[in-house]
Amino acid sequence: MDDVVEFVRVSKTFAAYRAVDNISFEVRRGEFFSILGPSGCGKTTTLRLLAGFEQPDADGGEVRLLGERVNERRPYERQIAMVFQSYALFPHLSVERNVAFGLEMRAVSASDVPKRVAAALELVRLDPGVFGRRMPAQLSGGQRQRVALARALVLEPALLLLDEPLGAIDLKLRKEMQFELKQLNRQLGTTFVYVTHDQEEALTMSDRIAVMSNSRIAQLGSPAEIYENPRTPFVARFIGESNFLEGTAVEPDGEGWLVVDDGGHRWHLPAGPGVAGGRRVSVAVRPEWLDLFRPGETPAGENVLPGIVRDVVYLGETLHVVVRVAPERDLTVALRNEGQLARPLPWARGDAVHLGWLPGDSQVLEAD
Amino acid sequence: MNRSPRRAVLAWFAARPGWRAFGLAGPAVVWLLAFFLIPLGLMLGTSVMPRGVYGGVEWGFTFEHYGRFADRMYLSILWRTAQDAGITTLICLLMGYPVAYVIARSGPWKNFLLFLVVLPFWTSFLVRTFAMIFLLRDTGLINAMLLRFGLIAEPIQMLYTPWAVLVGLVYGFLPFMVLPIYASLEKMDWTLLEAAEVLGARPAARFLRITLPLSLPGVAAGCCLVFIPSLGSFLTSDLLGGAKQILIGNLVQNQFTSARNWPFGSAASFVLMAVVLVGVMVWQRIRDADERAI
Repeated sequence: MDDVVEFVRVSKTFAAYRAVDNISFEVRRGEFFSILGPSGCGKTTTLRLLAGFEQPDADGGEVRLLGERVNERRPYERQIAMVFQSYALFPHLSVERNVAFGLEMRAVSASDVPKRVAAALELVRLDPGVFGRRMPAQLSGGQRQRVALARALVLEPALLLLDEPLGAIDLKLRKEMQFELKQLNRQLGTTFVYVTHDQEEALTMSDRIAVMSNSRIAQLGSPAEIYENPRTPFVARFIGESNFLEGTAVEPDGEGWLVVDDGGHRWHLPAGPGVAGGRRVSVAVRPEWLDLFRPGETPAGENVLPGIVRDVVYLGETLHVVVRVAPERDLTVALRNEGQLARPLPWARGDAVHLGWLPGDSQVLEAD
Repeated sequence: MNRSPRRAVLAWFAARPGWRAFGLAGPAVVWLLAFFLIPLGLMLGTSVMPRGVYGGVEWGFTFEHYGRFADRMYLSILWRTAQDAGITTLICLLMGYPVAYVIARSGPWKNFLLFLVVLPFWTSFLVRTFAMIFLLRDTGLINAMLLRFGLIAEPIQMLYTPWAVLVGLVYGFLPFMVLPIYASLEKMDWTLLEAAEVLGARPAARFLRITLPLSLPGVAAGCCLVFIPSLGSFLTSDLLGGAKQILIGNLVQNQFTSARNWPFGSAASFVLMAVVLVGVMVWQRIRDADERAI
């Protein structure tokens, strides 16, 4: 049994609102698993079902932990640990006593407690001698975050749940903590289930990501699968940026299909499920997979779309060129910034250009 | 420059922080000086002067009124008063805490339930205590019902017993326990309880280790607000306790009215005040020690 968590067709309804709708997934042992989605998509309810704060509907499937059905089990009977968004440190207890709380509740022998508390604080890189006696109110946001993590990890749980734990700290510290969380996950072998609305955070840390939308899982896969092969327009839009094209597949063409898009342009699409003669197709292309050429200079084998430059946006690392193509559609091309002072882009607003991309870089989408 | 008088006054105060503080707190300070501190001084003076033959006092200096408290009778009144106040406080705490807890967790009902708690204040305490007489007396509502249903053969004596006084005191002071405890529970972050639950804490442990310690400031305030006024109460024991069981509040009242012994009444008031002060100081000590322990 190497699945720590199994959701089998789980549903949860509040009054008339179905917060989680018939979702199934497994989390493997030692995995860093993220549940990603916008607010209200059901990701927090999913986590609360896992923690035991919520129970599935009576006919709402099965939540399994370490192979056992736990639908009715209270959180204190589940042997899991959780880090809360607000940290939820006990304000009347010192750092040491906060970290010791779970050990005391689980009746760990009193002589072992100080040793394990100190080890847990060191694990999250807080000096027990310096911070042990402090009260939560005397700590910075980042330090509180670490104490919350120590309080959870000290129990050596099979499963650690994290509810947007990095939401409240500043960007630089957040990057550091992302790296450290991933390190801890590898070093301890603990399974992490991480809930977030931040797609970049999920891509950085996760082994696999479940993207949720409207109380369901829209797609589940590795970060590369999710980013490079989004299945629906929602996923393509929520994770990274995407350009969308729509058209009709008209005839087979070598190994793929010839498409006539809504602007009357013809381009190629590789064969695949969902593409058939006469079918409407919806296609996403990432901005960095598009390139710009002077009219007529597009290399052979690439799709071509003529357009007019509407805007050039300077982002530092990259430049975004917004190109208007027929019918009234703006596509974004991301170009690496090679130094605008030394080698400025040859494009300016109003220039006629050709957009080029390899047919294999087109992602055929299903309906949402 | 077009400066209105209002602006000029505000500017004058803004430039003088000391006067501004006085402007804000001054009226209340003057009020308290005139109507609390000065009468208190007069009482202190009265308590060490000989008693006048027809009430009032005569010039002189004596500690005899304080000396009378060595008498067993007065000591027992003092002791009984402290006991009644203590029991009242305890009952209010045991009944008030769950109420405060329920209100704090009642979501949209919160304001309505709080309104119900303070509703009794809309009528005077005197009227409400009189109403209790109608409930408790031999021909009152409770006895009448019990007789009607044949549960008792003759009326139970309820009015003019020590129990009636306790019932009245608890009824009168319960809101003063509920409100401060509610205020401290209301501020509590309920995700702390969820955190404790995931850490393995069962309901009893969650209450004892998290909820109760975090609501202690409210408990302390509630106990003071109930204990201190019950020590000095006289109306309840007068109306519901009859003459059998007087409390120190009744003693003070009697001395100023029927007994016409103002100096002894004043001395009794100061003894009561000393008891309260000592109690508060001990309490403060315990709390300070607690904070240092953390």
